[in-house]
Amino acid sequence: MKLKTAAIAATLLSFAAPAALADLVVPWLSYRTGPYSPGGIPLADGFTDYFTLLNERDGGIGGVPVRILDCETGYNTQKGVECYEATKGEGALVYSPLSTGITYQLIPKATADDIPVHSMGYGRTAAADGTIFSHVFNFPAHYWDGASIAVKHILNLNNGDISGKKIGLVYHNSAYGKEPIRTLQELSAKHGYELMLVPVDHPGQEQKSQWLEIRREQPDYLLMWGWGVMNAVAIQEAANIRFPLENFIGIWWSGSENDVLPAGERSHGYKALALHGTGSDYPLFDDIKTYVHDTGKAAGAGDNLGTVLYNRAVYGGVLIAESIRKAQEIHGVGDITPAMMRDGLENLVITEEIMARNGLPNFGPSFEVTCENHGGPGIAMVQQWDANTGEWSIISDMIQSDKEVIDALVKEDSAAYAAENNIESRC
Amino acid sequence: MFYREAGEFKSSYTEDSQTFPIALDRYGYYAVLAAAIGIVPFLVNDYWANAVLVPFLVWSMAALGLNILTGYCGQISLGTGGFMAVGAYACYKLMTAFPWLNIVFCIILAGLITAVVGILFGLPSLRIKGFYLAVATLAAQFFLVWLFNKVPWFYNYSASGQINAPERTLLGIPITGANTEPWTQYLVCVLFVVAFAWIARNLTRGALGRSWMAIRDMDIAAEIIGVNPLKAKLSAFAVSSFYVGVAGALFFSVYLGAVEVTEAFGINQSFLVLFMIIIGGLGSVLGSFIGAAFLVLMPVLLKNILVGGFNWETSIATHFEFLIIGGLIIFFLIVEPHGIAQLWRIIKEKLRLWPFPHGH
Repeated sequence: MKLKTAAIAATLLSFAAPAALADLVVPWLSYRTGPYSPGGIPLADGFTDYFTLLNERDGGIGGVPVRILDCETGYNTQKGVECYEATKGEGALVYSPLSTGITYQLIPKATADDIPVHSMGYGRTAAADGTIFSHVFNFPAHYWDGASIAVKHILNLNNGDISGKKIGLVYHNSAYGKEPIRTLQELSAKHGYELMLVPVDHPGQEQKSQWLEIRREQPDYLLMWGWGVMNAVAIQEAANIRFPLENFIGIWWSGSENDVLPAGERSHGYKALALHGTGSDYPLFDDIKTYVHDTGKAAGAGDNLGTVLYNRAVYGGVLIAESIRKAQEIHGVGDITPAMMRDGLENLVITEEIMARNGLPNFGPSFEVTCENHGGPGIAMVQQWDANTGEWSIISDMIQSDKEVIDALVKEDSAAYAAENNIESRC
Repeated sequence: MFYREAGEFKSSYTEDSQTFPIALDRYGYYAVLAAAIGIVPFLVNDYWANAVLVPFLVWSMAALGLNILTGYCGQISLGTGGFMAVGAYACYKLMTAFPWLNIVFCIILAGLITAVVGILFGLPSLRIKGFYLAVATLAAQFFLVWLFNKVPWFYNYSASGQINAPERTLLGIPITGANTEPWTQYLVCVLFVVAFAWIARNLTRGALGRSWMAIRDMDIAAEIIGVNPLKAKLSAFAVSSFYVGVAGALFFSVYLGAVEVTEAFGINQSFLVLFMIIIGGLGSVLGSFIGAAFLVLMPVLLKNILVGGFNWETSIATHFEFLIIGGLIIFFLIVEPHGIAQLWRIIKEKLRLWPFPHGH
């Protein structure tokens, strides 16, 4: 009986708030609590602030205001599913699951519900193959691109020859962390380096034994696929065993201020991949300051402007906003549906001109999404931490991943998914 | 007064020892059952199935399983998450290795495989007791999760170590995979849970259940009156793991569709199920359901009230959820250390006697 009352109350409450008239609903599966909140908070702040700016400055997109639906998942898959089910009925246009585990859950569900998913630089890599994954987009670059770009950076440092070197991968022992392994194995066959795998279990606070192993094995380079507190702990441990930090390269999820600051000066020289520019020296951030922060509308504590992950979420917001514009343009209506949004994402064109119009000149690559390629160009840069000035700086050009190796792997994995689920190629 | 029992006479032992001897209770039970099977499937939508009812049913199944072992047989286990993982991975391997095999049999076979694994890890219970056994089952938890992470055969060598449930149908209707309708998901779970709860109830009041309870209450005395501890303990491990394995299989195939062992079946889940039966009521079928409802549905309810109703910020609401649930757990354990099921039993006694304060 008690259960029933509770359940009835739950429905009444969850369905009590009727959707506002015409608005563009963009859900954001955030995590401001738990061991992954160091990453989740700046991301949520950046995304919310960007759309607040669009509403305040431009009155939304194409004259239609945007409503962000924030739903707390705690990086937990079950809660993510609950969030998805709770928000999809409100006309959600595109999901940003912010977790590879949740993305895996949403790929079949959202495809069946005809709602697109934008897993920007995370999620299932094979989703880059748009012929099989019709509703999933992971542009501008995915994990296998990341693995390849990191290896290319190491190649560049060694004049193109890394045979006989030993490269370690410190990874979150989950779907997320395991993603790059296959690519790194393939690349190790191509370039002749030795791959050493060092898994770290959730949540990653305890890594003593892993770093003991690293000290014993003495790898020449270390890559890291970490998230949340795991990143900061790993960088501290690396400093503890005096591993040369300029040989330690994190994926773009392991390269924020929150990851390096706890180790203080000892984190000097640590590198990470960068999907986009660093710092707040772009016209867009001035607008965010004027329209959002100075008017007291900032999300959260309002202290993350210009940090790496804040910028990441702003960049994600720009890509989604541009896709909404594209969808409005294609279908000629302001208040678009999720199906129209999917078309917008699939026909998205990002040029330097568009980025500059958005106030982000020289921030990220130019690219086009097509029916076949949902993964973008696979371009990233390398950034390095300067502990003295407390700033990340970009130290490389845009590096293009080894598409020859990766495309074959993507095709292989997406074909396996297609066979498992009886999906026909679309394009 | 609230229970009108006048005129209810039992003329046989069967009638007297039925599960719901009071007519009002019995009709209430039939009504709930009829509503759960006959009405809810027509009303349920995606949100209700995926966020509320299916998780509740799956966790109830796991709680039932652990309650058999811990509540009825007195063997503490911290390996529930690991055994659920065995169920899920067994189900996955069966589904992918034998695509023609009906999903219902996959789930039941997965339960049987888990039962065998459960017996293996139950063997130490013959030598060690109490906290020491809890530590041994904790080892099972860590070992099993490690195993499913380490050996790629279990996840068919997929790049990410995730397992995904392909679409499988029952009588032509998909019950796993993305195209599953919420009502089929719900109905499959509800039928499994009702059948298994019915079996559990009848097992625990039969000879086997009595031998478990004898072991629980005092194992030396049980041995003296002729209960075989080997048989009783191992059968409790087997039956309990069977339930937990089926719960794991349902969790993976019908509820989530894709899982990753560390997150889905970690030590947290073992504790969650243990807390469910402690709060709900050890040694009570109803308690398993109440405990699962309390720990699975309460966070969802609180979230809907705080975020949906009061428009709180999601992070503050989440922190308050922890506070409120923690507070409620302490409150219920102080008010009734034997669980909410016992609270319900007391309330029922009072209602039967009302308005007289003392009975008999």
